[in-house]
Order: sequence, then C-alpha cells, then structure tokens
Amino acid sequence: MTEKLHQFVEALRNQSPDWVSDVIDALGEVTVFVPREAIVDACRFLRDEHKFDMLADLCGCDRGPEEDPRFEVNYHLFSTIHYNRLRLKVLLSEEDPVVQTVTSVWKTANWHERETYDLLGIQFKGHPDLRRILLPSDFDGFALRKDYPLRGFEPYSLN
Amino acid sequence: MGLENQIFESLPDVVTVKLDAVVNWARKSSLWPATFGLACCAIEMMNSVSARNDLSRFGAETFRASPRQADVMIVSGRVSRKMAPVLRRIYDQMPEPKWVISMGACATSGGVFDNYAIVQGVDKIVPVDVYVPGCPPRPEMLVHAVTMLQEKIMKESLRDRVDTDETESRASTVPGTLPVTEGTTLERETEIEVARKAAPRPYTVPSRHERRRSS
Repeated sequence: MTEKLHQFVEALRNQSPDWVSDVIDALGEVTVFVPREAIVDACRFLRDEHKFDMLADLCGCDRGPEEDPRFEVNYHLFSTIHYNRLRLKVLLSEEDPVVQTVTSVWKTANWHERETYDLLGIQFKGHPDLRRILLPSDFDGFALRKDYPLRGFEPYSLN
Repeated sequence: MGLENQIFESLPDVVTVKLDAVVNWARKSSLWPATFGLACCAIEMMNSVSARNDLSRFGAETFRASPRQADVMIVSGRVSRKMAPVLRRIYDQMPEPKWVISMGACATSGGVFDNYAIVQGVDKIVPVDVYVPGCPPRPEMLVHAVTMLQEKIMKESLRDRVDTDETESRASTVPGTLPVTEGTTLERETEIEVARKAAPRPYTVPSRHERRRSS
C-alpha cells in the first residue's frame, strides 16, 4: 500500500541524501524526517516534481520538556492530482526552536505557522507576519507547551 | 364592559405613588436584551423568545443587535480571553440603566473550560445581576432569571442608576481590556481641521431647496 509513497522517499534521497534522516512506515502512512536546514528545499522539490500541490496541515508538537529534541513540526502534504499523502517531520531542540518558513512554497502555511508560533513558540524564520493569531496579543507564554500551567492563570479582574 | 371600564370605575382619579415605583415598573416591563450569544447557551436563549417559551409575556423579547438600544446583556456562553475586551466594550456602550444576566455554567464560572483560553466567570469583567446555572440552562430558567431581574429592578432606587459622565466613561479602563476608542487618526485630524476653520454659520446663505427653487 505504501510502495507508491516510498517512491517519493527514494526520489528525495536521490535528489540529496542529506534530506532524509529517517523514515517511519506505520498504519499505511509514511513519515519522512527531514533536517531543518533542508525542509524548504524538500518541500519545493515535492511540490514541483511530485505534484504535492497542497499543504493539508502544518502543526507543531511538544513532546515534553524532558525530551530532546523537544519540539517537532509536521507537514502534511497532499496531492490533489494523484491523491497521495506524505508527512514530513522536522525535529527542533528546546534551546533553538527555529525553522525556515515554507510560506514561499505554499501560501497557506502562513496562518498555520502563526498558529504554531502562537501556541508552541516555534519561530519560523523568514515568515512575513509572525504574530499571534488565536490568543490575544498580550498573552504571556505559549499555551500548548507541556510545562505551561493548566489552570490558575487569570489576568482579568474588576478591581 | 371592557377591562378599562372596570379599572376606571374602581380606581380614583389621582393615585399617589413613589417615583421609584413607577419608573422601575416601566423599566422592568420592557427589558430589551442585547444579543450576546457566545456558544450553545445562545440556542436556548433564542428558544426562550420563540413560540413555546414566549419571553414577550414578560416584556423582554426585543433583542437588539446594538448595545446603544439595549438594557440587559445576556452573556450566554463561555467568554474567551480574546472576547473579554469586546464584551467589556459592549457593556460600556450600553446606556444606563443596564443589567447583566450570566447565563450558564461557563459564563458564571468558566464551567468545564478551566484553562488558559477562557475567562473564569464573566463577573471578572462586568458586574452581574443574575446568575443562571445549567449546561445549558433550559429556556424556562432564563425566563425565570428575567423575572428575578424584574423583582430586583423593583427594589432599586433611581439614584442607583446615574449615567456615567462621558469623559469619565471614556477614561475608565479595566485591566486587560480595551479603552473606548477615541476615533481613528483620520477622524481626529479632520476634527482639528474643522475646528480651525470654524466660523459662525452664515445664515444668509440659502439652503439647498431654496437655491433650487430660485434657479
């Protein structure tokens, strides 16, 4: 079932061996781990050569403060022509959660990256407008990080 | 043999009452709620004014989309932290007398949403008169809340409800909320320009319809 998807992994490897650091094949889905330096090139290659013309989702994930690397950014690619789905994954450390933006590849990444920045504090280098999108602009901290307090945070008061 | 005849026969020509009683009776008999549907409680709020639960029996069926024309703000649903300044601003824009009904568990205490995104009780932002429990409350409970508010209104004094001085209300800011806007930069600049050119209105200039007639 996933042979077709492994073709894209091979194509990525042929293009540049540095682009693929690991591959996971599970539940009929293929996940490619990409080093963060290569993510923009890999995305552009998949879009142009293999018709992954849609970024279905871009989301961040906090694996917990004890993990290293702590953060991951997932790129869910979809081809509206061939109906292929592929997931790219970038791992980021806690000290330096910075990754290049893919807004130059897919415009839709703009708001997704803003949301990821808003909730997890992952910074996207080169993003045209990296502001908070869901939470108020004066919000302190990043709400979906595992070490963010679950409750007891109350900035509003009538007094 | 109408009801009017009965009343006029039984009542004297002059009735002496407290002014508070008359004004409060008038106020409570036509409460105009501001539509502030935020979540699923709003569905029940809409139900309470529809045919089955007919809130107009108590004079509170005229929902107004403009806060300027509203008396009661029914906060129906959870208030997110991003919505909080907007809610406060709409409350500030309502003219006195104004009341607030906090409808449902979320508006009252945050409900199950005890997290970073939801304000834990709308009474942190605006003063609440009646709390309605429930998740969501049935329309009957909202109708009951309105009648309770009416009882509360009857106990008020006119002196409690003095409209805030405009300069004061503009300056008043609650922590974490937006101040009432003072207009855009363009508006302010235009205002200054108009004030600079201010001259007594030349009444000798004919108005438009007079000019048209003469031509």
